[in-house]
Amino acid sequence: MTLLRNILIRLLTTLVTLIGVAVIVFVVIRVVPGNPIAMMLPPGATEADIARLQTQYGFDKSIFEQFVIWLGGVMQGDFGTSISLRQPVAGLVLGRLPATLELSIFALSIAIVIGGTMALLGTRYRDTKTEGAVDISAGMALSIPDFLWGLVLILLFGVLWPVFHISGRISPALNIDFNTNFYFFEALVRLRFDVLADLIGHMFMPALALAIPLAAIIAQLLKQSLKETMHLDYVTLARTKGYGENHVITREALPNAILPTLTLVGVQFTFLIGGTVIIERLFSYEGLGNMAIDAVINRDLPLIQGIVILFALLFTIVNLVVDMLYVVLNPRLRHA
Amino acid sequence: MRDARGDIRRPIGLRLWLSGGWLTLLALGALFTPWIAPKDPLMQDLFLGRMPPFWVQGAEPGYLLGTDSLGRDVLSRILYGTRLALIVALVAGTLTCVIGATLGLIAGYYRGWPDRIISRFVDIWMAFPPVLFAILLIAVLGPGLISIIIAIVVIDWTRFARVIRAEAMTQGAMDYVASAQVAGRTRFGTMLTEILPNVLPTIVALLTLEMGIAVIVEAILSFVNLSISTDSPTWGGMIAEGRTSVHQAWWVLVFPLITLFLTVLSFSQLGEGLKDRFDPVLR
Amino acid sequence: MSGYLIIRNLTVRLRSGPVILRSVSLNVAAGQVHGLVGESGAGKSMIGKAVLGTLPRALQITGGEIWLDGVDLLSLSAAERRRRIGATAALIPQDPLTALNPSKRIGPQITRRLIDILGWTKQAAEARALELLDEVQIPNAARVMRSYPHELSGGMRQRILIASAFAAEPKLIIADEPTTALDVTVQKQILRLIAQMQARHGTALLFVTHDLGVVSKVCDTLSVLYAGKVVEEARMQRFFMRPIHSYSRALLSATPSYEDPLGSLTPVSDTVIEEVEAEVRWHDARAGT
Repeated sequence: MTLLRNILIRLLTTLVTLIGVAVIVFVVIRVVPGNPIAMMLPPGATEADIARLQTQYGFDKSIFEQFVIWLGGVMQGDFGTSISLRQPVAGLVLGRLPATLELSIFALSIAIVIGGTMALLGTRYRDTKTEGAVDISAGMALSIPDFLWGLVLILLFGVLWPVFHISGRISPALNIDFNTNFYFFEALVRLRFDVLADLIGHMFMPALALAIPLAAIIAQLLKQSLKETMHLDYVTLARTKGYGENHVITREALPNAILPTLTLVGVQFTFLIGGTVIIERLFSYEGLGNMAIDAVINRDLPLIQGIVILFALLFTIVNLVVDMLYVVLNPRLRHA
Repeated sequence: MRDARGDIRRPIGLRLWLSGGWLTLLALGALFTPWIAPKDPLMQDLFLGRMPPFWVQGAEPGYLLGTDSLGRDVLSRILYGTRLALIVALVAGTLTCVIGATLGLIAGYYRGWPDRIISRFVDIWMAFPPVLFAILLIAVLGPGLISIIIAIVVIDWTRFARVIRAEAMTQGAMDYVASAQVAGRTRFGTMLTEILPNVLPTIVALLTLEMGIAVIVEAILSFVNLSISTDSPTWGGMIAEGRTSVHQAWWVLVFPLITLFLTVLSFSQLGEGLKDRFDPVLR
Repeated sequence: MSGYLIIRNLTVRLRSGPVILRSVSLNVAAGQVHGLVGESGAGKSMIGKAVLGTLPRALQITGGEIWLDGVDLLSLSAAERRRRIGATAALIPQDPLTALNPSKRIGPQITRRLIDILGWTKQAAEARALELLDEVQIPNAARVMRSYPHELSGGMRQRILIASAFAAEPKLIIADEPTTALDVTVQKQILRLIAQMQARHGTALLFVTHDLGVVSKVCDTLSVLYAGKVVEEARMQRFFMRPIHSYSRALLSATPSYEDPLGSLTPVSDTVIEEVEAEVRWHDARAGT
């Protein structure tokens, strides 16, 4: 009962946050000095062009009126029309979303595998050179942002030892017609392993660039939390029962050490999603982030607005999922 | 115990020296660019396009690190790009630091309503992902150097405010602050003479880290062509150009990338090193 | 002297040098309860940890022998030692609040080792667990098996840990201050329970404590540890009537002077006499059953 109420409260606050973001985005774009239409148009547009567009986009009304009209549209799934691409924003943005989602989730999986392995190794061989190596590599990985890792990976695995694709999402030569934009998921369901391999070949480099900093954070946090747990009495007790170090770490310590890491990983995952903006650009990956940069360069305000709100939605969903996962994994809260 | 500590300390010292050395070198390079740059960074020579660096066969004498597709000297362009990168690092870093640290100091020391207002703002800021914030700001402000600096300051002041607030709160609870006040100092005076000197090391460490962030933000924005006008050389712009021709002329990408990499690494290592040095408790 | 657990000249040092246990010898006979008494910091818990192979990493065994069931544990490889200990010995830990894994249900925490290490079937292990929970007087055993630790009281958890320790019918149990973390009211019940379980299962028990009162209630023999050394080893009655070592006498007095055990010794107080009498009564009662 309490759990259900907590979830409801969370959902409500999420909604409030989203509306807040929408208001901020809407107002910031319009309140800042300078005519928004002038910002949209290429230099050299005539006064008549400006006036025509102003009426078309409703900029001649008051901000409040504009917001009500816009919000009314949003409720019906209408986020306006992109200026540079002359198509409805909702369709454009949702069409690109799957690419970004697949990339982010793939990156998250890589980060969990690498970071988790490093944490477990560092705990298994604690106070040895291995732990030192884990600490140093995690420290290095963290002091370099994903953008630079992306460039390093391009040089290493795109040029020096070209084993992965360094641009695009899929090879154009592939013979497949997708029904959805979830290429990876669809290829998996249709058991097209050739396509799957090609998709991974494209996704691996950008995903790894995004994953490296997150993997380092996971390695540091999880290792610290594991090492603290290793001193606790129930771990000692498990040792006296005849269990070996590996079992003690993975079965006794890990389930409890994951919890404190989880919340922070959630926050970091939203940063990772934010990072897709520049990484997609770097690897010419046709996702939401790449579109966002084009929108900024073209000053396509309706599109920017749509993308920012969709990103905000993604972030809040991630936070919501993390909160719920926390409850599911923590027996104390599960029964509360 | 002392031996073990010494073991930890030594590599930190080395790290500090290496990062400090690289940044000093960079600063000198930026200061004396016009005198040491071998070529005009904007001078194009289409007959000398994509010349490799000096140790590779077919290199053109005088172009140490080779040329880009338009025949411009890579070394000179890196040097001029350094000026911009360091200007952004200094200006944006300092402004962010001054604004953020001041607000953090006030919130942490005065507590009460100033703290409530500032902390609320920090919370809202934290909920807003920085990349989106940057996109929005650049979209609104338009591309350019000033926009980049404003964007960095607006987005990152919370980093200082949060940490310095916490530090000021701890310091404010210490006995020596109370005794300073008993001795008749004003609150504001106590903040400046008692609290500020004690949080200064943290501020310096954070400032160093922030400069690294500013450098990378500038590079990213010039990479996507949202920084200053296209004809002034920037590291990010060079990287963008090198990225497209990486299979034909790797050096156009590699040299600015190495410079950027070392700079970002140095700032963060220096910042972390200073943090460790100043804060024995953290170790 | 023969015993189920024989420790000979065990020396444990910090890796940085200082000696924690100096040449400690003791002997726990099969089916007997041996008390290990000393003030905190004397190193008594480290003896238990050395036997069970759970010494902190900062410590290392630099000499001696630990014979468990006729095998010198220190001559075995780490994995063999672990298996031997898992099969023949068990620990009743000090703090029941931290000794159960908070993310696992009670049932598996008792049964897993029977299945994993000793190769029991799941049904057999669960039946055994239920039987033991009944034996330690836990009502609603089946429901408790499905509970998480945080849903149970400290006393309940200590009963579960006792049940778990006896689950594999070990020949030796080490109880490391098993009542220190509990309420005074619960302490007595738990102490009685441990004694009952020990008598019923005929297990050798090494009872580590700082509390002489507790020792007097349960032990057959005892060793007194002072500054990492065994200063006295005795049978229970003899010890309480005629402690030989001056530190033992100091320990026995109501307010022992740790700084200067040879100095002003207070006469044995009434409480101690009461406890000795109680102990004698308890032993008589036990002999009678």
